[in-house]
Amino acid sequence: MHILLRGRDIDNIKQLDVYERHGGFAGMKKALAMTPAEVINVVKASGLRGRGGAGFPTGVKWSFIPQHEPVKFVTVNADESETGTFKDREIMEENPYQLIEGSLICAYAIQAKAVYIYLRGEFWDIGDQLDECIEALRAKGYIGANIMGSGYDCEVYTHLGAGAYICGEESALLNSLEGYLGQPRVRPPFPAQKGGGLYKEATVVNNVETLANVPYILNDGADAFKAIGTEQSAGNKIYCVSGHVKRPGNYELPMGTTFRELLYEHAGGPLHEERKFKAMLPSGGSGPIVPLTDEVLDTPMSYEDCANIGTIIGSASIIVMDETVDMTWVASKVTKFFKHESCGKCTPCREGTYWLDKVIDRILDGRGSPDDVTRIADVAENMAGTTLCALGDFAANPIIHTIRHFPDDFAQHVSAQGADG
Amino acid sequence: MAIIGNPKYEERIKSHLAKYETKRSAVMPLLYIAQEEYGWVNPDGISEVAEILNLDPTQVKSIAGFYTMYSEKPKGKYWLQVCTDLPCALQGADDFHAWLKDELGVEEGGTTKDEMFTVEHVMCLAACDKAPMLQCNFRYVENLDQDKMRGLLAKWRAEAANGRG
Repeated sequence: MHILLRGRDIDNIKQLDVYERHGGFAGMKKALAMTPAEVINVVKASGLRGRGGAGFPTGVKWSFIPQHEPVKFVTVNADESETGTFKDREIMEENPYQLIEGSLICAYAIQAKAVYIYLRGEFWDIGDQLDECIEALRAKGYIGANIMGSGYDCEVYTHLGAGAYICGEESALLNSLEGYLGQPRVRPPFPAQKGGGLYKEATVVNNVETLANVPYILNDGADAFKAIGTEQSAGNKIYCVSGHVKRPGNYELPMGTTFRELLYEHAGGPLHEERKFKAMLPSGGSGPIVPLTDEVLDTPMSYEDCANIGTIIGSASIIVMDETVDMTWVASKVTKFFKHESCGKCTPCREGTYWLDKVIDRILDGRGSPDDVTRIADVAENMAGTTLCALGDFAANPIIHTIRHFPDDFAQHVSAQGADG
Repeated sequence: MAIIGNPKYEERIKSHLAKYETKRSAVMPLLYIAQEEYGWVNPDGISEVAEILNLDPTQVKSIAGFYTMYSEKPKGKYWLQVCTDLPCALQGADDFHAWLKDELGVEEGGTTKDEMFTVEHVMCLAACDKAPMLQCNFRYVENLDQDKMRGLLAKWRAEAANGRG
């Protein structure tokens, strides 16, 4: 059953009257009949965790907002830029009202003045569609003053980024929205605190998929949501599958479904029948790569189980590679991404990604030495944990984990003599 | 023309300014308007955006330079941005990108002599299940191959010749 990708089940759910006929704004109505604190408690009880990658409990995040502050904001992270991620796009293209309803419930729970939806710049047509939805909602009293007769006022706006992965990092996103360079901020203060959020006001920043779950939780109840998935990973998750499978695409399945079920039953198995799967990146370019062994294939896709196999489920952007793929090339591809997307603020990330890229190119060209492999591992380890945001850690991951799991893929490119070999 | 005083943009600029708590927040949407008017973010556009927002042109220029979707030099009539990031590359996007440059006779980031096409590669565009793909003037074109692309190039050339590009 789809909770999020309902555009696949219900024709024209992106029309407001159709959305309303299929339970649209019933969750919002229930929320408005509760106190804001009660709404937060329902979301806490549901076990919903952030779907942008970090997996932080959503209700707990909302409860950090100081209630006494007069001005608060909700910012929707629709910057979807992680390599291999294309789930928020389908939610917003095919089921846009559910995202807006979820955002409004969040706004009511923290008594926000306004919601800003920060879209990656390439999503300008999705932005146009959301703007039309916002106008339709305003005309029917779901947005603006005295929402649904409740006495609560809230506005919703869209904002387009302009091509910068870093703006998916919440403090960089807030800087970008304020018209500054999209670079991360020093924390504390955190976005939820006065001084740390949008326009220095307390702000919740949530991912699109996270918020799209909220109407279901309010309407069907925390227990219904918690009944799906595993003990620590409740609900459905949209898994974006790309790379060497027969049927790449989005699959909405309960958390805790195994990688094997996803990759074989849903995504159709290896693209080329005669080849075996070699490795996957379960969380786009930023999470640790793992070999696709039987043990990994039988692992349930949950926050807790993925930790046991040395990786993360993160945003569940699952990039699959078959046995023909050279992991040195993969490390190079992902490093080029992070080199391009490093915002330049922190020295270890700015300089580290630059040098990693140069040395991996040398290795791939056959001009590297075994010392170069040790060198890039050393550079990567010195980047991790030394930057203001996680991009520095993300950029270290592809190096550290490809070398750890696939040392032979690097060894085949280097000779003891290096450039003279 | 210009942005300031241009009736085409008056309402849009007003609504962007009304959306935010500060004027400065409108710098990104206004840079898109400048790009729309001039075809790229040129010095005139930078100055006008700065004037509207009471910012220094240097501040506006730094924002334009930070983001890849603001072009700081003129592009061809059709700006083709091919995703060659890992998921697309696993589906042959690197070869497709090389073929396209060859087909049009341009280097990376270059523009054809008739100023019709600019080709460059970009990072992940969130269309990984529909590779190879590209953006043409920020519009997604997905599930491409060489035949389909040849057809599109011919179609765009014809549209441009008919003044509908």
